[in-house]
Amino acid sequence: MDKIVEITSFVAIFVGLYFEVFLLISLLEKKPALALNAAHNSSPKLPSVSVIVPCFNEETTVSKTITSLLALDYPVDCLNIIVVNDGSTDGTRATLTAFENNPRIQIFHKENGGKYTALNFGIEKATSEFVGCLDSDSFVDKAALRIIMAKFRDPKVMAVTPSMIIADPKGIVRKMQRAEYSYGNFLRKIYSRIEAVHITPGPFSFFRKEVFRKIGLYKHAHNTEDMEMAMRMQKHRMQIVSADGAFVYTVGPGTVKKLYKQRVRWVSGFISNLIDYRDMLFKKKYGDLGLIILPFSIIGILLSFAFVLMSLYQMTATIMNAVVKFSAVGFVAPSLRFDVFFTNTSTLSILSLTMIAMIIALVFYEDHKAGKSRKFSFDALYFVFLYSFISPFWLITSIYNNLASKTAPWR
Amino acid sequence: MAIEHSDHGEYKLSWKKYALSFVITLAIFGTAIYISNYFNDRRIEEMRSIQDSIATNIMSSETEVSLLSSIPCEEAGSSMLSSELNPLAEKIEYSEKNIGAGNSDVISLKKAYALLEIKDYLLMRDIAKRCGNKFGFALYFYGDAKSCPDCDKASYVLSYLRGKYPDLRVYSFDYNLDLGAVKTLESMLKIKNALPAIVLDREVLNGFQSKEALEKTLLAHYPKLAIVASTTAPTK
Repeated sequence: MDKIVEITSFVAIFVGLYFEVFLLISLLEKKPALALNAAHNSSPKLPSVSVIVPCFNEETTVSKTITSLLALDYPVDCLNIIVVNDGSTDGTRATLTAFENNPRIQIFHKENGGKYTALNFGIEKATSEFVGCLDSDSFVDKAALRIIMAKFRDPKVMAVTPSMIIADPKGIVRKMQRAEYSYGNFLRKIYSRIEAVHITPGPFSFFRKEVFRKIGLYKHAHNTEDMEMAMRMQKHRMQIVSADGAFVYTVGPGTVKKLYKQRVRWVSGFISNLIDYRDMLFKKKYGDLGLIILPFSIIGILLSFAFVLMSLYQMTATIMNAVVKFSAVGFVAPSLRFDVFFTNTSTLSILSLTMIAMIIALVFYEDHKAGKSRKFSFDALYFVFLYSFISPFWLITSIYNNLASKTAPWR
Repeated sequence: MAIEHSDHGEYKLSWKKYALSFVITLAIFGTAIYISNYFNDRRIEEMRSIQDSIATNIMSSETEVSLLSSIPCEEAGSSMLSSELNPLAEKIEYSEKNIGAGNSDVISLKKAYALLEIKDYLLMRDIAKRCGNKFGFALYFYGDAKSCPDCDKASYVLSYLRGKYPDLRVYSFDYNLDLGAVKTLESMLKIKNALPAIVLDREVLNGFQSKEALEKTLLAHYPKLAIVASTTAPTK
């Protein structure tokens, strides 16, 4: 058993390191076509844009979301906001009346049908060449839209994703998500360069309207329509790029329980979508996405599963050992003397540390790029250490859901 | 070379990049293995040097015995001899687990350690007899987890007793160690392969002994053993 644990750990670390090395090489290898924010302020003629805000029971946040859209640094006559109230049962409708007289805002109320129906409703109402959406728990940075629209100057670009940031990260749960989102932004930046973006996040992703004409509207897609849309675009070889510096702030779940629910929805949907699009796996036709990114995400989930089993095994062994000791001599306070000799310098722990250091360094790099504080923050540590312990739980639930064909609620 | 859209709308792949990632990952693995080995070598060196110093101490005592045909009693029992033996045992045990029980350096360290233990035992037993010292001696024969599932428990009991009675000297031997001196010791004491086996003053106790039972037998053989001052509650 010890040998199996050791070999699995080595394989897991090899796979993880390979993936990170691959990402780093991709980062160094290819410069993005447009330099960061280069087109900001210098755009001669800005196209007209529709932003859809689907909302379901968001009375507390929707005003802030709309206000942030109104404050965007974008010509007033080029931006129209479509708010779709998806049958909210709280005070959302009343909150929205405050915006009824604003000529830039169209408000629609429809029966509840799920987020994708609200999005599709909005897309059909949209008249602009470009359509984006903004979840009603998210707020945008003033400059975000200009940075995003600059990416569309390349006619091959069909969709653009933003850089996501956790708004006002207080408490450990949000702090670790802050680091996680930084890491996610880094990943998206790399994926953008290797043409492997496979999620167009709900908060502030933009599309050419012809995308929907060509490949159809949003689908239910296991409550993860933002992944399904991106996968469908990739399948039709439509380019998705990420816009560094186009910041959108989103309110992450504040408790472990809420985070768990959100992640079960994400991961279950992710797995289901992967199953739906399994014919893209290991196909040269789909480049790095088909050969590396998607297969590694599956391996990642499997390895996390193995990690849980191994942790359980190790924990059991430690407990058993303590029980044996207790049964032999009762409770004896452990000695506290320290000897460098007993520091763990096994190959496995050196490799694990290397990987952890790489992830922390990447979070740091991304924060630095995003102009965040240069001071050391513990967020990355929370992310690396706490996530390793809690993420297996939602992974297991998600795998179970997929095996049992259960659908996680989107809210 | 990166992945780019070809004219056909498909991706060109960069096998070079995949290979390069593989080579770099291998290099990181290689470096980690090298660093780990480096530290393990340092550990072996450290243990060797401890062993050398113990060997020198023992040789010095033996030489004194040869010169004076006995060691002056006032010198015996001081820290002159091998207080480093037990910490070294912990280090060897750690190395067996982490460097590998089959590692040739670890095995040779173990053999040298067993020899030092025997020498220390003979010398100390001699001194204790002549000078009427209050030392107690326990020879402990253990096996691996397969051949001796109770050895972990026995080790805990012995470390507990050693902590309680600082003058108890515990000498541990791997029953299966391929070393003539250990084999001789085993046949001299008639140790059977029923591990754990603990020898107290030539009485062989086979199988796991509870803390209380072993303590009782120990005190029957060595009634003068003193409890460590203040930290442990006195026994009944």
